[in-house]
Amino acid sequence: MGAGQGGLHAAVSLREEGFAGPITLVGNEPYPPYQRPPLSKTFLAGSIEESGLYLRQADFFDAKNIELKTGVTVASIDRSEQQVHFASGEALHYDHLILATGARNRQCPIKGADLDGVLGLRGLADAAALKARLGGISRLVIIGGGYIGLEVCSLALSMGIEVVLLEAADRLVARVASPTISTFFLEHYTRLGAQIRLGCLAESISGKDGKVAAVRLASGETIETPMVLACIGVVPNVELAAAAGLEVKDGIVVNSRMDTSDDRISAIGDCARFPSPFCSLPSVRIESVPNAMDQAKCVAEKLMGRPRDFNGFPWFWSDQGKARLQIAGLVHDADEFLVKGDLEKPAFSVFCFRKNDLVGVECINRPSDFISAKQLLASGKTVSPSRVRDGAFDMKAYVKEALSSPSAVAASQ
Amino acid sequence: MRSITYITHDGVSHEVTAPDGSTVMQTAQNNGIAGIVGECGGAAMCATCHVYVDEEWASRIPPISDNEDAMLESAAAERKPNSRLSCQIVVSADTDGLVVHLPERQI
Repeated sequence: MGAGQGGLHAAVSLREEGFAGPITLVGNEPYPPYQRPPLSKTFLAGSIEESGLYLRQADFFDAKNIELKTGVTVASIDRSEQQVHFASGEALHYDHLILATGARNRQCPIKGADLDGVLGLRGLADAAALKARLGGISRLVIIGGGYIGLEVCSLALSMGIEVVLLEAADRLVARVASPTISTFFLEHYTRLGAQIRLGCLAESISGKDGKVAAVRLASGETIETPMVLACIGVVPNVELAAAAGLEVKDGIVVNSRMDTSDDRISAIGDCARFPSPFCSLPSVRIESVPNAMDQAKCVAEKLMGRPRDFNGFPWFWSDQGKARLQIAGLVHDADEFLVKGDLEKPAFSVFCFRKNDLVGVECINRPSDFISAKQLLASGKTVSPSRVRDGAFDMKAYVKEALSSPSAVAASQ
Repeated sequence: MRSITYITHDGVSHEVTAPDGSTVMQTAQNNGIAGIVGECGGAAMCATCHVYVDEEWASRIPPISDNEDAMLESAAAERKPNSRLSCQIVVSADTDGLVVHLPERQI
């Protein structure tokens, strides 16, 4: 249930693992499974078309005997009968149900958010609408300084559009990145001409003839604008699971094998809350393409009789024009940050430690460090701050050696 | 539809067709060709869709970008002059008949 990255990959993986029984892939959007990351980047910029987003060509589903139902809404899950009930009245029996319902945009809670000209960006329809309208404006107010806000900011600036970005927290990308990266982006976009307001809350949006005219801040200041992009995060789609009595808590709760509280139902991807060996917290919900794909594969293997504890390594990227960010690991509770490289170019890496252990590396235009860090951390190995601090430190060489040695590298080195 | 031939590391050849606008990586995935992973889904962010473009074709496909060049430095298998990220090779009339060789490993 859910025909996005996770759902599609679950179907693909099941066939790859040798499952020969019927598979039905159900999605509520009127499109075949497609990639979301390009929606805020290459698709918005016009360098790829809608068909370039599709994860598989139309003939794939017939060839693999996967029944694809798009534009279909599920009304309820009947766990006792093992049936999914569609809004149309049709019902479908399942031996196993995989919930890959993803997430939806958090609604902008302020007055005026329903005016014509207040846009969101989550799905293909949103992206097509935003793309069509970006060409006709000279100023854009973006509410939310996370990945989507910054990616659209980057594109809008390159199109000559004036950008005012409002972020409620005291730094950008606070959910996902270190203060060092937050500061980098603040300076980077300010230098490119954006007006970035931190600790800034939009209080209401005012309109004229039903169309956006201005944004009013909590401070009382008003910013005139013909368009507002509200990108303030997402909430997982857990409603059907909750209504069916499954345990939910900012996500559909699963164990390390992606089992929900019903062993005939698994949950994966943006909607799933699971325990990760790479996170200090008891559970986490990860919003990323690789996570959805890795969990899909894990479930497929489980269903084919090879269950294992999920140990997919968390990594992320954000392509913002001249600043390509790649993050290996989760850095939310890091207590020490070391920068290596050139902040001006920019081409640098931020090594993030927690109690002297490397927990993540954030790279701007340094793919070599990113890939090395991913390999190192995924294998459970580490490097100490003192080692990294050394001017002669070579991450690629260090990791190559660390991975070829049988024992874990001591943190005291 | 354009033709693409994938030659796996163990020498097995797979010839498939692809529509204009798709990428060599998407086409491999669409046809279930093992040997191309594409962890990031085609965003030139993971270097696991690495291919060696057949000598005859290397100069006939669109040139490599700085991003792709940087990512290829970290591909798991040896980088060669004809290394490319298959998610960046777009199918068109110019690529009809393209031949690519798959590396020994992607991760």
